Amino acid sequence: MSGLAEGGNQGSAAPLHPAERPWRRFIMANRAGLGSLAVFLVMMAIFLVANPRVFSTWSLYSSVLTTLPVALFMVAPLVFIVTAGEIDLSFPSTMGFAGLAFAWVVQAGYDPFLGIAAAVVVGVVLGFLVGLLVVYANLSSLIATLGMNFMLRGLILIITQSKSIALETLGDSWAYAIFSSDVGGIPVQILWAIAFVIFAALLFNRHRFGAQVHVVGDNPDSANEMGIDVRRVRILTFAFMGLGAALAGVFSTMINFTWWPTSGDGYLLPVLASVFVGGTPTWGGIGTIFGGAVGALTVSFIQTGIVGAGLSGFYVQFFNGLIIILSLLGHRWNQIRYR
Amino acid sequence: MAKRIVELRNITKSYGNVYALGGVSMHVEEGEVVGLLGDNGAGKSTLIKILSGVVRPTTGEIVIRGKTVTNWSAARSREAGIETVFQDRALAVQQSIVRNIFMGREIHGRFGWLKVHHEVSEAHRLMREIGFTSKVFSPLSIVGQLSGGERQGVAIARAIYNQADVIVLDEPTTALSLTETAKVFHFIRQVKTSGRSIVFIGHNIHHVFDIADRFVVIDRGKVALEKSRADVATAEELIEFMESVARPRLAGGAASMGALA
Repeated sequence: MSGLAEGGNQGSAAPLHPAERPWRRFIMANRAGLGSLAVFLVMMAIFLVANPRVFSTWSLYSSVLTTLPVALFMVAPLVFIVTAGEIDLSFPSTMGFAGLAFAWVVQAGYDPFLGIAAAVVVGVVLGFLVGLLVVYANLSSLIATLGMNFMLRGLILIITQSKSIALETLGDSWAYAIFSSDVGGIPVQILWAIAFVIFAALLFNRHRFGAQVHVVGDNPDSANEMGIDVRRVRILTFAFMGLGAALAGVFSTMINFTWWPTSGDGYLLPVLASVFVGGTPTWGGIGTIFGGAVGALTVSFIQTGIVGAGLSGFYVQFFNGLIIILSLLGHRWNQIRYR
Repeated sequence: MAKRIVELRNITKSYGNVYALGGVSMHVEEGEVVGLLGDNGAGKSTLIKILSGVVRPTTGEIVIRGKTVTNWSAARSREAGIETVFQDRALAVQQSIVRNIFMGREIHGRFGWLKVHHEVSEAHRLMREIGFTSKVFSPLSIVGQLSGGERQGVAIARAIYNQADVIVLDEPTTALSLTETAKVFHFIRQVKTSGRSIVFIGHNIHHVFDIADRFVVIDRGKVALEKSRADVATAEELIEFMESVARPRLAGGAASMGALA
């Protein structure tokens, strides 16, 4: 910060501009995410009051912490795509495909690490292809990725004849111990997911790629004029989404010891909802990884919470919707759109 | 006699059989402000697009520091030290000033990780250089919070970061209030002090008059008038000159240029 202080040496007042004070920078930069966090905490407080006994048992949290990571691997990359001004609805099938690659390799008797590598390659390549299609054919990403989602899922069903793959030996492997066991009662998946989210947040805020993703979503013409390869940046966001979906596919398969032909399908809406509940707006140019992670936390606790609070499962859908709408209203009020 | 940085010789540009420019010659000297004037559709914009390499001339020669350049393009123009601030300013308004200044030229270290502190202090330096210091804004402020004139300042700061020798400002004061226009002029004067040349395009004669060392008036695709600031006492005199060259047009003959911007 020494370089900054020089600027204000003529004024005896604050040498640092208010916007440059670290704490204020942090709050302003994470405004949407902190708002989501507040919503999450209020929600959890309500649950806790409604049923203190259930919400003070660790197993409830432990089960959420096992499944939440799968969503986190996809929420963070999706924030990149939305910030770049696009959308992706094809990640559930990419997750399914990558999981299938992993399952095949493990089933064939190879080391699961090789399976992970295969899954990552499949995921990144699929994401890259989706990106190419959207960017070079200049298609609406909403419709094109919806089409890709159906097509890829259809392919999965055709190839596997809709049969699941059970991986009984997986539990004895090193890969399982590293990626899917638990450490002192804490599911190890959540640690990997947190590491991934931190990496994604750094990439988003402190890396050239992230900076260009922001600018491309904000003003593509301007980015182009300043020499940024807009198409390349957009395609890379889809490839990164493919990577996230691949990791999600691997983790999900490891948790269940089974790969299902429907693997990934259930994540479409919760992951989308998490991104927007977290405070990333739909119009591109800005987004928040931290918020997206809090959004995922909120979304995954709604179902557990409502059932745990003693309400019947019929309420789940209603409260899912309610939380999404309330969050959007909150962010609308909290965020100004500059033009 | 100051050195000529850029020289355009006998530039023509035709779209089909319509001539937007019919043989324009102009030059920019080191450290001067050239005021490029002309009515809407006179050919100013075309000339600027040629200077910045976005549009290629049909015929004519472009000479950079005494050397004729072939294969003129936007990249060549930038290499030659010409930075153009286009009318729409091309800013990403939801991003910080820093991110806009370093758009596409981020300061980064290994593996592309940004050197944010370095960027911020560079932005401070650039903003000081053009006299864009404010107690309200810092390099981390969002561009969308700035006024029109201040946004123009960000665009200018971005242009000078590229070590530009010539900065082309395409109607930088259009749609700005008086105070905002004054801000932009303040930035331009600071840039001039640093020894850079400026080509200032405008249609408000008073604005251009205040800032330019030399005036070039384009009319119907040709240079109608070229005057040094020393030869003109007041803006009114310049207007009179311009009217005298425009008179034949008023007298008769429909201008085919009117349709071209």
